[in-house]
Amino acid sequence: MIEVIVEDRCTGCGDCVEACPSDVLRVGEGGKAVIAHQADCQTCLLCELYCPADALFVWPEVDRVIGVTAEQALASGQMGAFRRDHGWGEHAATHTNQHWRMGAIFERARLLAIETAAAQNPSNTARHEDIR
Amino acid sequence: MSEPLSLATDVLVIGGGLAGAWAAVAAAQAGADVVLVDKGYCGTSGVTATAGPGHWWVPPERREAAVADRVQRALGLGDPEWMRRILDLTWTSLPKLSAYYDFSTDEAGQVQHRALRGPEYMAAMRAYALASGARILDHHPALQLLRHGDGSIAGATGLSLRGETPWTIRAGAVVIATGGVAFASRLLGAATNTGDGLLMGAEAGADLSGMELSNYYTPSVAGTNMARSMAYSFARWFDADDNELDIPNGPDVTPHLARALLRGPLFCRLDRVPEDIRAIMPQVQPNFVLPFDRMGIDAYRDRFEVTLHAEGTVRGIGGLRVDDQDCQTAVSGLYVAGDAASRELVTGAISGGGAVNSSWALSSGQWAGAAAARRARALGARADALVIATGQAGLSPRRKAGDFDAAGAIQAVREELNAYDKNIFRRGEALTASLERLDGVWRELSDHGQAKGRAALRLREAAALVAAGRWSKAAALARRESRGMHRREDAPAPDARLASRQRAQGLDRVFTRFETPPAQAEVA
Repeated sequence: MIEVIVEDRCTGCGDCVEACPSDVLRVGEGGKAVIAHQADCQTCLLCELYCPADALFVWPEVDRVIGVTAEQALASGQMGAFRRDHGWGEHAATHTNQHWRMGAIFERARLLAIETAAAQNPSNTARHEDIR
Repeated sequence: MSEPLSLATDVLVIGGGLAGAWAAVAAAQAGADVVLVDKGYCGTSGVTATAGPGHWWVPPERREAAVADRVQRALGLGDPEWMRRILDLTWTSLPKLSAYYDFSTDEAGQVQHRALRGPEYMAAMRAYALASGARILDHHPALQLLRHGDGSIAGATGLSLRGETPWTIRAGAVVIATGGVAFASRLLGAATNTGDGLLMGAEAGADLSGMELSNYYTPSVAGTNMARSMAYSFARWFDADDNELDIPNGPDVTPHLARALLRGPLFCRLDRVPEDIRAIMPQVQPNFVLPFDRMGIDAYRDRFEVTLHAEGTVRGIGGLRVDDQDCQTAVSGLYVAGDAASRELVTGAISGGGAVNSSWALSSGQWAGAAAARRARALGARADALVIATGQAGLSPRRKAGDFDAAGAIQAVREELNAYDKNIFRRGEALTASLERLDGVWRELSDHGQAKGRAALRLREAAALVAAGRWSKAAALARRESRGMHRREDAPAPDARLASRQRAQGLDRVFTRFETPPAQAEVA
């Protein structure tokens, strides 16, 4: 769930407010993004991805608010990690999109499953076409 | 407070996920004025944006073999002609995205079109739709369809979440692309997938198909929604006492995991994931590694607890029934695309996973969008004609409006449609009990439910979830056999007389019927 927006980092651009698919955020009276409907957050992490200032922090648990503070979020070393791994903005050159390798990874898993099954039970086979 | 929005257009697309965006592109490129309304934000809404779909990407020379294999696995419910159509269109469509999506090249310099990463894919689709001339209204959920006196579709009304003001859009044709229904589970990206389009379509007179095929499940770290399943294809599974369970990974893993979860906590180790894959995982699926990193779990060494999230019809199959080659529903002027439609034609009785489903979204979106554009340009929006609002439950109560517990209704849907013992291992008695409970919730909601602003949206979502749950239970009850993902513990074998698609319709009373009535069905 969205836990905290670090006010010092927020530039008030409003990108996260627009991008949130569950309409959780607002630009507050101080001109910065604020959490307006926290219970509606679906923990999709996309607000972090859309924030060029790495000002938002989402905790992976979906059913409860942990109460992460801005200091804890900053100390976690995780702020901006999601946008970095996606290679957005300044990370484009260093974090290229390797998603296209997914098919080959599934194929490795499929072969491993066949090997394992063959070792345990020669009549078993497995397939992994249905992937997302 | 801003003024209510009222406008007329050729084509209205409801939903801005993968299928809706492709529909908007196709309709706009066919020369139509297009408005796309999204409950959230076109670019982050829906299950594609949080995922990374592969497509059914098969070179021409291998297609007949792929179709033959799929037809066999479709268990009597697929249609090879539709499979060929989506293979064709997938092959020609994805390269057109290269102006908006930075396709990777492999070591041999080959451009890789098959699998696109979700956030980048949907950002590209938004850009493509805008560049094609579509107008996008974010945070504008639709609440109901409008129809003409002759029954054809005339537009929709909804709510602008900013300012909580109503909108009315008159259109010559409407494409429903609201996604599947995840039955209020915690599935990643699916919080807005509440079946709104199924309810709106049914109220306008459309029917559904395949709603019994609505019980796909995906593992994720307990307490999180992170249903990126790739790494779990390497998993080893353990019980609470750390005994390794004999669960072979593969497409049939779900019942094994569900049985283990019904016995107690279930744990996983990913120590078989090869080192080279671990190293690139953050750049393949950045969101998969994130919960582990934040929660301090070493994903490839530690044992961690897992759960199974219900996907409903997302990676399940059922939805509004496609009635012609253009993806028109049974209602004139109402088209359906993506996971809001039944995908039986291309998937049969087994999941289309990401690959076939994505090809279906891309294809059905374009067919629906193009056909909607042709219709609208021929007939116009007829924006001055008097129209009838079709919305019922949650909008216009049949009795005295009163307090209705929408959260309680959603919880009932969760209990009846997420629970492994009720939805994976199905039995007639339990299905009947679920249906009776949901019928009761439906009556209460239709009799008394009414709300304003955001609460009105939540109430309509509850109504859609309950309606979809009832179609699912009724269809599962009538299919007294096991076929594909539909598993009846009290009828564990397939029945050759039921090798046929099953339709569902009705609101206050739910009906189902097989397309080929069992008495006349050929024995397969």
